[in-house]
Amino acid sequence: MTAVDSAESASGFKLPFRLEIEPRLKEPPGWYSPLLSLIAVVLALLVGALVIWLGGGNPWKAYAHIAKYSFGSVGVLSDTMVKAIPLMLVGLACSLAFRMKLWNIGAEGQFYLGAFGASLVVLLPVLPEEAPKWQFVVLMMLSGILFGALWGFIPGFLKAKFNVNEIISTLMMNYIAVEWNNYFIYAVWSEGGFQMSRMFQRNAWLPRLSDFADKTPAFRGLTTHMGLVIALVAAAVLWVIVFKSQWGYEIRLIGDNPRAAQYAGVSISKNVVLVMLISGALAGLAGMSEISGVVHRLQGAISPGYGYTGIIIAWLAKLNPLAVIVASILFGALILAGREIQPAGIPTLIQGVIMVCLIASDFFLRNRVSITRRTEE
Amino acid sequence: MDWLIILASGVATGTVLLYATVGEIYAERSGVLNLGLEGMMLVGAMSAYKASAATGSPWLGLLVGMIAAGVISQIHAFITITLRADQVVSGLSLNFLAVGISLILGEGLTSLRDVVSTLPSFSIPLLSQIPWLGRIFFTNQSIMVYIGFMFVPLAWYYINRTRPGMHLRAVGEYPAAADSLGISVFALRYFYVFVGGLFAGLAGATISLSISPGWFGALTTAGQGWIAIGLVIFAQWDPVRAAFGSYIFGALRRLVLDIQGPATLLGFANPFYFNPHYGFFMKMLPFAFTVLALVIGSREATRKRIGTPAALGLPYIRGQRGL
Repeated sequence: MTAVDSAESASGFKLPFRLEIEPRLKEPPGWYSPLLSLIAVVLALLVGALVIWLGGGNPWKAYAHIAKYSFGSVGVLSDTMVKAIPLMLVGLACSLAFRMKLWNIGAEGQFYLGAFGASLVVLLPVLPEEAPKWQFVVLMMLSGILFGALWGFIPGFLKAKFNVNEIISTLMMNYIAVEWNNYFIYAVWSEGGFQMSRMFQRNAWLPRLSDFADKTPAFRGLTTHMGLVIALVAAAVLWVIVFKSQWGYEIRLIGDNPRAAQYAGVSISKNVVLVMLISGALAGLAGMSEISGVVHRLQGAISPGYGYTGIIIAWLAKLNPLAVIVASILFGALILAGREIQPAGIPTLIQGVIMVCLIASDFFLRNRVSITRRTEE
Repeated sequence: MDWLIILASGVATGTVLLYATVGEIYAERSGVLNLGLEGMMLVGAMSAYKASAATGSPWLGLLVGMIAAGVISQIHAFITITLRADQVVSGLSLNFLAVGISLILGEGLTSLRDVVSTLPSFSIPLLSQIPWLGRIFFTNQSIMVYIGFMFVPLAWYYINRTRPGMHLRAVGEYPAAADSLGISVFALRYFYVFVGGLFAGLAGATISLSISPGWFGALTTAGQGWIAIGLVIFAQWDPVRAAFGSYIFGALRRLVLDIQGPATLLGFANPFYFNPHYGFFMKMLPFAFTVLALVIGSREATRKRIGTPAALGLPYIRGQRGL
């Protein structure tokens, strides 16, 4: 009946109790899945603590440091939100694609191209330098979305037309995107030989809380920008699309049972292209918001792996757009405060452990495990 | 620009891809897709380098690198085979985990350059005298390159002509049938995921101890693990085709580095010499070609109706209908 049982009998070794594993017939209660996610996160933090301790550090101090420098005051909380904004958007991008079991690992590249598209508006320039701010914001958003969507379209099209494995193709597109941006940073828009473009003029910046400090003094020095509003709206819209629209239902159906979807007349290849387009657009929007809201110029290393973290965020949120918001804030804190933690791989490791624990915990969602006392046989 | 040198160093670079690709072929032939290849290669490269630094013996380093990557692959094996979780997600998480571990444990290794002893390189007498081919394949190559030459036919023979190789294929094509004949699907899949890990470690160690010695963090592998996963599809799960693809990609990677050298190229003015910035487009090539190789591989697979092991990506549940 179970793998555990057969392994036991094969070795002739008997435990004093019996572990029974059965597939769940009923859905587990609603609180069960978030609880498992929470346990996974806690477990991951414990493993991280162990590694820090093994490396000769003080795990308690490290975590206190993370907490203090990410949620400790309004100022750092604002910085945490700044880190969370791109994560929300790439997390949404991944969650939509994963919903269809379409493995878009390319949010990183789509983010880079979104940043490129937004920069194009300022640096080409598409708009005259003194054009009003709203024109810049709208056009940069559109351009970022366009280029991100294009970068998502290519692997989507290849998947639909030639059945090219999207995991590899999206990943390859990431490397290509970095080199693409590098060319423009080094050769075309380089400022005085440095590997960055000129600073964007102020009317190409997304409005920040600190811009309103003269009316509301409490906002002084807060860097949270309008990208947060964009991300929250995107999350809400995506939630409605996925759970309340017919198209969302089709996507979920393809993800759960592609054969049933095909019999129901849902075109899979059309939806592959469409979902990759939208997923890329969301990641591109993340790149735009980062360029226009934080960096204010095109340069290398604009992302500490946001696109890859988006994968974990989507998974931690169980692909629910609203839960993506919460997970992004958590990872925003980790990335913000984790920068100063040595050795440098700790945040990556914690992300990995969270992911491993999460996927392992899915086992308990699908199966019921019970321990019974072994009676004499 | 000497084409022979580019091809020769292409063979050396391609050897790394070769080990990684063939290792992944073994895992996938048993029905388990392991996307953690890049991370496992990093773990292999890092631990091999560290062990070589600590013991002074590159061979011991090589062994440690292989075993380290093999051990970490078992996380993926447990999650996908025993817990039956999705292989894509599990492989990705293994990748995060492995990259994190190697960055943490690799701290401070970069400064050890030129101190750590590496694997030997030498020319093969007689064979290196063959015109052209001798200089490409047998002159002043790393010992890992020569091992690679012998490894390819063995790997092919094992899969296609031996009894254990037949079991391997059975488990990946039709696990229920294999199970009914008394072949342990679970044990074999664990084993071949481990083998895939060993070879990933070997590939990583080949980089850090021989082909481009040193530890450069995530740049040590620089995406080669992902290219290897693409090559598996291009190779149609066949080690000989994998070798072919690996050497081509190796030469391509090398070409990207060398093309900026000469002022003229095939009699024309070399644009990469006069504007080095065009080099960024050259750097895209290996990745763009991987996508192209995927297109070719997928089209061929559809036409010939061969290729993908039928049970790839599916967990085996005893007693359930289906494959």
